[in-house]
Amino acid sequence: MSVNWSKYSAPQTFYPLAGRLIPWFACVAVVLMGIGLYMGFFIAPTDFQQGEAYRIIFVHVPAAWMSMFLYVVMAVWAGVGMGLNARLSFMMAQAIAPTGAMFTFLALLTGAMWGKPTWGAWWVWDARLTSELILLFQYAGVMLLRTSIDDVRRADRASAVFALVGVVNVPIIYFSVQWWNTLHQGASVSMATGSKMASTMLMAMLLMTVAFWLYSIAVILARVRCVMVERESSPVWDEKPTAVQETVEAR
Amino acid sequence: MSGSSMWEAVSGIIRRDLLLAMRRRSDAAMSVFFLVIVASLFPLGVGPEPAVLRTIGPGVLWVAALLACLLSLSRVFTADYLDGVLEQMVLIPQPLAVLVVGKVLAHWLISGLPVVLLSPLLGLQFGLSGESLGVLVMSLLLGTPTLSMIGAIGAALVLGVRGSGLLVALLVLPLYVPILIFGAGAVTSSMAGIGGEANLSLLGACLVLSLFLAPWATAAALRIALE
Amino acid sequence: MQWGSASEFFAMGGYGLYVWTSFVATALCMVWEVLSLWRRRVAVRAEQRAALLGGIDETTA
Repeated sequence: MSVNWSKYSAPQTFYPLAGRLIPWFACVAVVLMGIGLYMGFFIAPTDFQQGEAYRIIFVHVPAAWMSMFLYVVMAVWAGVGMGLNARLSFMMAQAIAPTGAMFTFLALLTGAMWGKPTWGAWWVWDARLTSELILLFQYAGVMLLRTSIDDVRRADRASAVFALVGVVNVPIIYFSVQWWNTLHQGASVSMATGSKMASTMLMAMLLMTVAFWLYSIAVILARVRCVMVERESSPVWDEKPTAVQETVEAR
Repeated sequence: MSGSSMWEAVSGIIRRDLLLAMRRRSDAAMSVFFLVIVASLFPLGVGPEPAVLRTIGPGVLWVAALLACLLSLSRVFTADYLDGVLEQMVLIPQPLAVLVVGKVLAHWLISGLPVVLLSPLLGLQFGLSGESLGVLVMSLLLGTPTLSMIGAIGAALVLGVRGSGLLVALLVLPLYVPILIFGAGAVTSSMAGIGGEANLSLLGACLVLSLFLAPWATAAALRIALE
Repeated sequence: MQWGSASEFFAMGGYGLYVWTSFVATALCMVWEVLSLWRRRVAVRAEQRAALLGGIDETTA
């Protein structure tokens, strides 16, 4: 059976569909987050090397994964928008950027919180940390470029080009810093997690990742709905036209 | 499209831009002065210890070269954008990306090459020795064209946008990070006696990559700006 | 269950400050994002309604 995808990309179908999906994603995200936190704090054992400090992993790793994943997804939407000239794709890219930037910020913050007790430093110039920092700058660039261009069509396309260029940049930075660190031996901190993770630890981390992912979907769908209405002045795709109708009749 | 007509278009653009730059020499001299001033400020701020200066020298010179390139980026397309030449360029039968290569090469000849030529002198200020001076020149020779190539994407994206000067810095500086790492790394490793060849070849790889990819992105950004 | 008491749980083996700062900051960011989206949504809906009512007024007038 073939699915007519163009039907779902039409704003008048997508808008109410997104509205119906948001509560589901949000509820499952909250439930999984609850289970993940419970497992992370009460079932996962204490790490014999890092003590309890390792429990930061349950927010740090999911946030870091989401920050990179969302950038790629944003770039894919931007690319699809450029290729197919689809406005909804650009709106998705616009809606993803703030959430991605938030997760990047959180990954950096929780990384510092983890680094201080385990390595004795809030920050080291490690490949992962540096590329995460540059990723934050790129998110900022995408969003600033959009806000400084008044014409929506141009803002969409310009920030799409920058997002796509950034996709090439982040891996190059990762490998260049890794190379640079092997040159400056001693300054770098070994981040290799040689010790095997207990399966409950891994389970809690994966649960939190899935929860963050579902949270992101819910938040991004909610934001893209706002963006859709803000861009189109005509409010044609409200899921409850009757509600508006009633207010009109009541007047 | 024959190769010769493409080459004619590129060389025509380069000649025109160089001619325009010769008429306004102060513009071209500005980025060089900037580099000299920034490089001279660092010893005054850090202190005259030769050992310290030698350690920070490669990084400082590379950051200064990077900022000098950044400052001159607005000159790549702005004048042509304002007087409408850019719109004519889009209509030329030659692919826009090829014309972009001409514009960027001209920009490099005007603001990048002087930086490369001046760098040994500034290297002496920081107490770099003979061999590392050579590596510094080589690294800048390979790195500054890449900076111009990448910078042109940013310059095209912010054409005619308010606050474009600051915005282009925010867009382009994250993209400059790998070049800075390899460039300064080449000089540092040659000073450490490892030899800078590995970093230099990585810089060369970045140059080739940017020569292939950046003009397309710049052309796309120019079309968006001109719509 | 490895925690003897609530205070032991909050102390996190001496790393309480780091662990709880991370988790609280993450929670605050998420709550803030949801709240700001909620407010944006309310503003959007108000505008939407006003536009629709205004449009009807224009056509009926």
